[in-house]
Amino acid sequence: MEYVPNIIFAIILIIGIGYFARNVKKLIRNIKLGQDLDVSDDKPQRWKNMSRIALGQSKMVKRPIAGFLHVVVYVGFVIINIEVLEIIIDGVFGTHRIFSKIGSLYGILIGTFEILAILVLVAVILFWLRRNVIKLKRFLSTEMKGWPKSDGNIILYFEVVLMCLFLTMNATDLQFQAMDSGNVISQFIAPWFNGFSESTIHLIERSAWWIHIIGILAFLNYLYFSKHLHILLAFPNTYYGKLTPKGQFPNLEAVTKEVKMMMDPNVDPFAAPPEGAEPEMPAKFGASDVQDLSWVNLLNAYTCTECGRCTSECPANQTGKKLSPRKIMMDTRDRLEEVGKNIDANNGEFKDDGKQLLGDYITNEEIWACTTCNACVEACPVSIDPLNIIMQMRQYLVMEKSAAPMELNNMMTNIENNGAPWPYNQQDRLNWKNE
Amino acid sequence: MSEQLKVPTMAEFMAEGKQPDILFWVGSAGSYDDRAKKITKAFVKILNKAQVNFAVLGTEESSTGDVAKRAGNEFLFQMQALMNIELLNAYDVKRIVTCDPHSFNCLKNEYPNLGGHYDVIHHTQFLKELIDSNKIEIKDSNYKGKRITFHDPCYLGRANSEYDAPRDVLAVLNANMQEMKRSKATALCCGAGGAQMFKEPEKGNMDINEMRTQDALETNPDIIATGCPYCNTMMTDGVKFKEKEADVAVMDIAELIANAQDL
Ligand code: SF4
Ligand code: SF4
Repeated sequence: MEYVPNIIFAIILIIGIGYFARNVKKLIRNIKLGQDLDVSDDKPQRWKNMSRIALGQSKMVKRPIAGFLHVVVYVGFVIINIEVLEIIIDGVFGTHRIFSKIGSLYGILIGTFEILAILVLVAVILFWLRRNVIKLKRFLSTEMKGWPKSDGNIILYFEVVLMCLFLTMNATDLQFQAMDSGNVISQFIAPWFNGFSESTIHLIERSAWWIHIIGILAFLNYLYFSKHLHILLAFPNTYYGKLTPKGQFPNLEAVTKEVKMMMDPNVDPFAAPPEGAEPEMPAKFGASDVQDLSWVNLLNAYTCTECGRCTSECPANQTGKKLSPRKIMMDTRDRLEEVGKNIDANNGEFKDDGKQLLGDYITNEEIWACTTCNACVEACPVSIDPLNIIMQMRQYLVMEKSAAPMELNNMMTNIENNGAPWPYNQQDRLNWKNE
Repeated sequence: MSEQLKVPTMAEFMAEGKQPDILFWVGSAGSYDDRAKKITKAFVKILNKAQVNFAVLGTEESSTGDVAKRAGNEFLFQMQALMNIELLNAYDVKRIVTCDPHSFNCLKNEYPNLGGHYDVIHHTQFLKELIDSNKIEIKDSNYKGKRITFHDPCYLGRANSEYDAPRDVLAVLNANMQEMKRSKATALCCGAGGAQMFKEPEKGNMDINEMRTQDALETNPDIIATGCPYCNTMMTDGVKFKEKEADVAVMDIAELIANAQDL
């Protein structure tokens, strides 16, 4: 009988981690639905970006107050994982506070955790107020109604409950209180339980301990469904972030082949392709659905924290246009999830559902409102590039659908005919010299 | 204009068996747009005065294809690019300067991958070189004490992280420089980029150039300095919209430098 708790603990742990692993596998499969993109270049720079932007939070602190509070929650999260490790060992082996064997260092560790827990509580309360009381514009956009709004709050409630459980657990641990080391915060909570019998206090301690670890496992599994996934994906995402100058848009290789053939007088356009040659034409120019985007675009979509820093900097959005780069990322993720579910439901094959990202989620109007100014890319604290998705959709609209706004078609015709976006004769190019 | 501009072409250089030090890429706006032509001419006056050994392509120049690319027409872009690259390579061009940040970005960043490798600089970077090597002499009295604010073009600033060159050049004017509340990496777009110049904006509460002009006007400027022909048009329209054209001038950095040299 005495092993029952250990066994129950092990089962909960296996279920919690197993379900999470299953979702991670699904996540990876979904991301791989995207097109290949070679990002194996300049590894040193990539590691540098990851440690600076994700680990070092360098872009978060561009907005000092939110940035500082975020760093508190982040550090709290990272460090408290040490404590989770202890819980797991204790749970599996039936020990109690196994790490306390290391002596005075243990007190320092737990003391730090307790202070962090309080700081996290303060930060989370401020975050909650910012979201729900101070009506900050970037949390009120249309794309933030419904689930995205509750998601943001649920995460905060989770953190409050977990921190409170952690402190209660410490405050009701009589042995730990007796040690009188590291209980820097919980010593002030302990007296609240003075009237209780020793066995009740023990029961509270055990309950807090159990709910705490179960809560952590639940939180872990909640991630997959939430914008909170960024706490994991921010790392790979900043690693694979764009390294070239922001203004440098990739040149479509498939187009280069076509254009070179068109411009080469020696190529017979009607010649049959040589035996065994790969078919030259790609299925599609540009992107209209998630499978056309690159896997980095899809990783971006899962990483987006819906913070809206991109949208609040977007000139189109600020002047009341429909475009919101955050919505572009959220739509991409929603559609990708939908495609993933479709694949799950159809034994691993995607069955055409008559829908696509462009049109059913993102409208042409949004796509055409972008000035390609890169403000969204600059603002994103986790190196997401909404502009890249917008551009691929423009390419689809123009090259596959010939659906550019009329004035742009005129402009392009002019370039074709006169080598300038205006209807002037190329022979007049130097006229300014004598005017 | 008293003095005739000296604008040699690459073809002329070639005919004489010579090579200029730098090609001035005028760009479509700089060639055809009435306002932008003034910037082109101001820049050429500076080049002439500093005795820079430069040439233009003249009637051989064609659109870089930048605007076609931003509009999503990769075909048209690459056709323009390959044509231009063929020409530039035939003339063995090594160094290019341009007053248009869009051409600058496209030539510098997107041409190499298609076989066009050049040392491309923006005219504000070139002006800085000329100033640093004392090829330009400024009479700093023309703008002394004038309030000037500089609008960062997206394709020079955020797109290519060049925030200093234009500011360093403006510094020689001895003017009273004012930064807008959003500048450098967080500067607001003028609204022309991404092919927006050539179409009506989508529905909204206001136009982007109005908002940006508002940013500029908040610094209470005498002059809004620009470094891009499209920004120049957008800000000029914005100032007109706010009915401030009597008080506030919109001028390219090249024009300011040319004036400061009494050219
Ligand atoms: S690049 Fe486009 S989406 Fe991004 S901020 Fe600029 S206008 Fe908005
Ligand atoms: S794309 Fe980046 S800046 Fe925009 S909402 Fe997502 S995480 Fe925030």
